[in-house]
Amino acid sequence: MLLTSSLVDASRLQFALTAMYHWLFVPLTLGLGVLIAIFETKYYLSKDEFWKKTTQFWSRIFAINFACGVATGIILEFEFGTNWSNYSWFVGDIFGAPLAIEGIFAFFMETTFFAVMYFGWNRVSKGFHLASTWLTAIGANLSAFWILTANGWMQDPRGVAFNPMTARNEMTDFWDIVFSPTTISKFGHSVFSGFLVAAVVVIAICCWYLLKKRDREFSLKSIKYASVFGLFAIAMLMVTGHTSAQTVSKTQPMKLAAMEGLYRGQNGTPFVAFGILNSKKEVDNDEDPFLFKIEVPKVLSFLAFSDFNSFVPGINDIIDGGYTYKDKNGEEKLALPFNEKVRKGEIAKRALAVYGQFKDKPAGAQKDTVLMQAQSYLDENFDYFGYSFLKSPKESVPNVPVTFYSFHIMVMLGGYFILFLLIAFWLNRKKIIEKKRWFLFIAIISVPLVYICAEAGWVVAEVGRQPWTIQDLLPVNASVSGVSSGNVYTTFIIFVVLFTTLLIAELMILFRQIGKGPDGIKWN
Amino acid sequence: MEVGRSLWILIIIKLIVIFLILRLFFFKPELGKYKTDRDKADHVIENLTK
Repeated sequence: MLLTSSLVDASRLQFALTAMYHWLFVPLTLGLGVLIAIFETKYYLSKDEFWKKTTQFWSRIFAINFACGVATGIILEFEFGTNWSNYSWFVGDIFGAPLAIEGIFAFFMETTFFAVMYFGWNRVSKGFHLASTWLTAIGANLSAFWILTANGWMQDPRGVAFNPMTARNEMTDFWDIVFSPTTISKFGHSVFSGFLVAAVVVIAICCWYLLKKRDREFSLKSIKYASVFGLFAIAMLMVTGHTSAQTVSKTQPMKLAAMEGLYRGQNGTPFVAFGILNSKKEVDNDEDPFLFKIEVPKVLSFLAFSDFNSFVPGINDIIDGGYTYKDKNGEEKLALPFNEKVRKGEIAKRALAVYGQFKDKPAGAQKDTVLMQAQSYLDENFDYFGYSFLKSPKESVPNVPVTFYSFHIMVMLGGYFILFLLIAFWLNRKKIIEKKRWFLFIAIISVPLVYICAEAGWVVAEVGRQPWTIQDLLPVNASVSGVSSGNVYTTFIIFVVLFTTLLIAELMILFRQIGKGPDGIKWN
Repeated sequence: MEVGRSLWILIIIKLIVIFLILRLFFFKPELGKYKTDRDKADHVIENLTK
């Protein structure tokens, strides 16, 4: 049974469902916007009506996806206030500022120019229309940037100071938050995954036309551009995947260990290319973590630290501490054991409690002394504040099977799409793609696979960082509100019904438009 | 424009459900019952330190 009695699990389930549905619509918008802008640039330069028709067809697909996806993210913001009120208050404006910039600046930019792009044919000049199309694509990707800035901060909190008077984190360095390596890697990886989704969807639709022996020229030219676009995206995904591994190794080593099912690290740690986990393995037993695995020697060390002989800590190493590592500021440190982190977290928590008791007392020397001492204890130990909510080392470990398998599904599908795009490009270049019916079928089957790949990436990012909503500072069990779990279940069911209906509606409209083809579109 | 009409209907239904049903009846901000930021801070500090 999916639903559990725990409020934390119900709230997480609800948030995961909303976020995953939202991410069904977003990646196609990110990538297809750029592809459309490229097609329209071709039209602007060549004045060939073929490219106008191509641009208009893909714009229609973009519009359907945009209309169905728009506002699904708003529900996530409702959930912050209702289900995650401790978290929402605790993060203060660190989270609010990027979301506000996203809403006011990037989303308005995207929607304003989208209106010109969609309704403006023959109403504005060609140059203005082209600029609007590019600005729509840039706006969509800027939206993603601000959302990922907020998400990146949760994974790697920096550029803030905690104010015990208000119980909120306050921004001290905006640019440190915006340009944190975690945010940049996350932004790149997410956006390029959107480009890959768009490339595969475009190729698949065109392959369907080729199977039906229709719209040949349109399909071949669209595949040509989409396959190059997709290969570019996948090259960038490999680069940003590597930089993501490097930032995760510094800021979230437990996530990296869970991604690889690594319980004990070593110098020159191998990368598990394929593995079947042993379900009996727990943090506190000596079972082999794997029933079967294929390893590539030393590669995890290289991915994490760009050094084939570096030490990558495993789950038990992180719990036990005692190894040296370089933190996110490049300083060499000795890893603390779990119990020591908990002790420091409890000192911070007690200091906050004392601060809370004394802050409203009448002014006086005693109050000043107590507040200063509490502030000092808090400053010294706040980096471990979240550990005070954890009862045992097991609670600091994410769900290893979900993280491990999601990561490996993403990586394996990534490998599949390299091959897929190379074949698409090569068959198209040799002008034999329409004769290879096996490939045309594979292209259509690849659409769900590319969405699984994109969703799996987010599962790795979000399940892998458990138990934290904010890394090391606040776990999920301290972030939730005191709402009734019945209420959460009710909204969960409403979401399932609403979003599934939306998805079916989108697919029906989408299939109808694809069926009409580029020649079936009547545009002004 | 048939597809345009379908999309507008879809968007309006979605916005009605999100803002007039979910927001009004289900998603009441937990801290909304406190009038001042000081009260909200006290509530969160109490939650985090109990």
